[in-house]
Amino acid sequence: MNRREDCADVLIIGGGAAGCYAALTLAEERPELSVLLVDKAGIERSGCLAAGVNALNAYITPGHTPEEYAAYAAQDAAGIARGDLLLTMSKRLNEVTRRMEMLGLVILKDADGRYAARGWRNLKINGENIKPLLAAAVRRAANVRVLEHVDIVDLLKAEDGRIAGAWGIDLRQDAVVYLRARAVLCATGGAAGLYRPNHPGAARHAMWYSPFNTGAGYAMGLRAGAEMTSFEMRFIALRCKDTIAPTGTLAQGVGAPQVNARGKRYQAAYGNTTSERLYAVVSENLAGRGPCFLATHGITEAQERSLERSYLNMAPAQTMRWRETGRGPRTADVEVEGTEPYIVGGHTASGYWVDTARQTTVPGLFAAGDVAGGCPQKYVTGAFAEGAYAAESAARYAASHPLPEPTENVAKVQVRVERLREQSSRPSLYDVDALEEAMQQVMDEDAGGISTAYRYTERQLGAAAQHIARLTRLSEDLRAADAYGLLKIYELRERLLVCRVLIAHQQARRETRWHCFAENLDHPKQDERFEKYVNSRLRDGRVEIILRDLVGEGERYEHTFRA
Amino acid sequence: MSIRLEPEKCIGCGRCADVCPGNLLVLEAGRAQLRDARDCWGCTACVKACPRAAICYTLEASLGGAGGRLYAEDRQETLTWVLRLADGEEQRITVEKHQANDY
Repeated sequence: MNRREDCADVLIIGGGAAGCYAALTLAEERPELSVLLVDKAGIERSGCLAAGVNALNAYITPGHTPEEYAAYAAQDAAGIARGDLLLTMSKRLNEVTRRMEMLGLVILKDADGRYAARGWRNLKINGENIKPLLAAAVRRAANVRVLEHVDIVDLLKAEDGRIAGAWGIDLRQDAVVYLRARAVLCATGGAAGLYRPNHPGAARHAMWYSPFNTGAGYAMGLRAGAEMTSFEMRFIALRCKDTIAPTGTLAQGVGAPQVNARGKRYQAAYGNTTSERLYAVVSENLAGRGPCFLATHGITEAQERSLERSYLNMAPAQTMRWRETGRGPRTADVEVEGTEPYIVGGHTASGYWVDTARQTTVPGLFAAGDVAGGCPQKYVTGAFAEGAYAAESAARYAASHPLPEPTENVAKVQVRVERLREQSSRPSLYDVDALEEAMQQVMDEDAGGISTAYRYTERQLGAAAQHIARLTRLSEDLRAADAYGLLKIYELRERLLVCRVLIAHQQARRETRWHCFAENLDHPKQDERFEKYVNSRLRDGRVEIILRDLVGEGERYEHTFRA
Repeated sequence: MSIRLEPEKCIGCGRCADVCPGNLLVLEAGRAQLRDARDCWGCTACVKACPRAAICYTLEASLGGAGGRLYAEDRQETLTWVLRLADGEEQRITVEKHQANDY
């Protein structure tokens, strides 16, 4: 394999919404700093916004305040969210929205030129080109270099524990890439592909979240000793059946109510938080009143045409399905289903444990977007806001710290990588696909997947932990023929580590704080003893669980180490 | 959810490989190849990027697909989706880029 080395003041890992916005922030505010943005694919369409996005779901509309948004998000998470992170994020939602409009994002306006809201916190947009717009702006930035098709595998640290850079694989040049930096900003997104998906087989990647977001940032952070929070608060999306297209466009857009197979509106009986809306569907199905639908039947022809275009701007499968079957939403209600669970800090609160500067517990390592924890309901604009905070903090840190020497040099890294290309002394009976399928089955059956209606017992979690340990051992014997093969091995290992830590979190929260997201059948009620964050870190190869006190409204958490 | 390549139309420009968020498209012998159709997310980035309509989006049978193919014509002001149903009927839907979603 070839070898390539580079260095920068600030290294940004991941060129999705948060990473691109972080780069733009540094281009505007800190042009004197050198920035390297690395993405495992091409930034035009990488990350979870590849197909587009249908609305900006976090915006402070006139008459509302950031405090209200923060309170809403905390309440939706049943209190397990960081008040300080939510409030700081909320305060920048409108600023980042204006900036995106300046970059060319189309936002619907009323006759007076004000943004037209969809509800009290949403704006209507044409988000099909949101990633190409971001990518074009990043490419114009003079102090930002973009490295694409490079998969970052692990972080580099200095002797004193500070961050020192990261290394990865160039998928096109078949090279080990070794990057040193004064500060690192992790924006790799969350984790999909842990659980058996709705459609295993030919359509296994027809999923809500990007299947290419494999939990890389969580895994590299854990291996570097970083503390994580709230993995047990899984996110499960309620989607249009089969196409896994968004439901909000139908529910909020044309005001379609949710009805069960008997035509009864059921939602009011369950509450209306994000997890309760999913729980309602699951419960109606279990009670024999399924399937559930969004009752769109009878909408106007103009509404139907408009919905077709909206879906083409974010999830073309849905429009195609309507057209192919000849039964659009005007003639047939749209069936809904829950997806498999994901770990994603932009919707729920899973991710790096950070302070308000968005610094992790590894000095010099910052996190933003879906990989950063404690701040649910951030959505796209919240990811931008966090990208801005993390970029500014990383810049301050980089300006006041010299370039550290990594403990692991490039030759050592290369030997480690090339070992995976050599014939193993214990050739594996299995390939990556077989182990991934096994992992997804274990998670599905024993850690609360679709097949158990997202519920689990502590006995099942124990079995899941044993299986994941077995699969992790088996993954060590995998070997690759080329750089893409290496990528597949690393992605599987990332997912297995995320599964392992997730199970430990599920075991630690001995209550049911949220239906479906963490439904513990041995402890089916909320328990005030768990008004805590469940945090974790790897210590000497073991998962250590830390219960931390809540950081409520008006309070602020700061790391105690001196960075 | 996946895509189908129509190799006779491919000119080997590599735009699809540049934009695929999963690195699933590669150029081999001057033509685009899909590593594994099962791994496609269905984001349609490549469908929009292809200048020759050599890539179409399809619904898998398990997702309710009925054999149709969806192509995209990406222009300065518009994005036109061209749906060719299994019986040969062609439907076109044009989305104005400057127009926000109504919903």
